Amino acid sequence: MPGEKIITFRIRRFDPEADSAPHWESYAVSVFEGMTVLEALHKIKAEQAPTLAWRSSCRMGVCGSCGMFVNQLPQLACQTQVLHLKADVISIEPLPNYPNVKDLVPDLQPLFEKHTQVKPFIIRLDDIQEMEHPAGEFLQTPEEREAFSQFTYCIKCGLCLAACPTVATDPHFLGPQALTQAYRYSADNRDDGVYNRLDSVDAFHGAYQCHMAGACSHACPKGVDPAFAIQLLKRTLVLDHFGFGKKEAQTAAVLPLADVVKALEEFAPPPRTVK
Amino acid sequence: MKNNQPARRLGLRGWVYAGKYSFERYLYLGHRLSGLGLVAYMVLHIVETANRMRGEQAWAELMALFASPPFKVIEYLLFALAVFHAMNGIRLFLVELAFFSGKPQEPVYPYKSSVLKHRPLTYVVMILAGLLMALGGSSLFFP
Ligand code: HEM
Ligand code: SF4
Ligand code: FES
Repeated sequence: MPGEKIITFRIRRFDPEADSAPHWESYAVSVFEGMTVLEALHKIKAEQAPTLAWRSSCRMGVCGSCGMFVNQLPQLACQTQVLHLKADVISIEPLPNYPNVKDLVPDLQPLFEKHTQVKPFIIRLDDIQEMEHPAGEFLQTPEEREAFSQFTYCIKCGLCLAACPTVATDPHFLGPQALTQAYRYSADNRDDGVYNRLDSVDAFHGAYQCHMAGACSHACPKGVDPAFAIQLLKRTLVLDHFGFGKKEAQTAAVLPLADVVKALEEFAPPPRTVK
Repeated sequence: MKNNQPARRLGLRGWVYAGKYSFERYLYLGHRLSGLGLVAYMVLHIVETANRMRGEQAWAELMALFASPPFKVIEYLLFALAVFHAMNGIRLFLVELAFFSGKPQEPVYPYKSSVLKHRPLTYVVMILAGLLMALGGSSLFFP
């Protein structure tokens, strides 16, 4: 193919069942314009290193499984084009700040555990009846949704925790992903607000361990901007502490199911595109 | 699968290595180093002023030493450290309360993060820091 270029990949190999210590292997690959790091890994596995392990699935930046440390930056292998890295030698390691399962596979368990700690779901204590036995839908205006919509795009790839300098030394810091989700649910007008999450986010390893290095937002492949969500969370916590801006018991009213059905019926379905 | 490997934490390297991250990532490091530098100075300062207890003569000698050119330079570096820390501290104070950072918006590629959105503020505080450092330098070295 025109414009092909030989690139050397230095890959950190480690098989805990066979190796006592990790080691680096180099693989030369002929790379074409547009080829991603993930495609290069497939090529290396097919032609040079059949035992090479990594994790990937969707190969389109949606599943969040192919995060790795490419040239010292946490990146999605499937969204990173080799030639865009503008380097003849490319180093690939598993994501730092996580345990390493094998070769390029990190163990994302700490990410998921921290995510669950912030109760990433709607909590509505004033309307238990509706939560337990829904009779309709909580109403939300487009503006109310915009307040948190950006933070719903998180794919739980964990790149932000690999980038975060606090996570680098504090194993218990909730980290950008979980704190972002804490804000995402707290800012949702169908939720009671941050009060039900104070035990995790307003604690020693919570929001205030963020020192605004901004590395998470730099690394995030989905434009979620976790650093911003954390500062918004801090603002909410600080305002609350000083007794300002306390959200009234949140406003989302319930639209009865019959009305939801009626509203849906009023929508004309789009014209068929397939016979 | 249960995995018993310890996390490969970057540790202090994770604080120090700002690599290809944005300018503000370097300021994070600078803020930490200057903050620690200021704390170290406070300790030294207490040790230094305690010399007054050794009598007027010893104190006068020490003050003469501090008036010498090498100490002037050190004094200036300390001043510059404090100016950087204070100016960047003002930026952090504002940004950590989510000011100057825009509003949440649908992520559309190419993404513009809040760090980029508050960059004008970064420039303003850095230019202010530079001006203060120049002013302080001129009044210290060319009184
Ligand atoms: C006008 C003066 C000052 C301002 C505006 C200021 C501002 C700040 C701010 C906002 C932070 C928190 C940053 C973060 O989120 O990590 C901070 C951290 C810090 N400050 Fe200051 N500060 C000032 C003076 C001082 C002085 C005099 C000292 C030393 C005695 C000092 C030592 C520190 C230290 C050690 C940290 C922690 C650094 C870190 O965690 O990375 N600061 N400062
Ligand atoms: S916030 Fe961004 S970087 Fe962090 S887990 Fe979610 S998608 Fe990945
Ligand atoms: S393979 Fe799914 S995000 Fe890369």
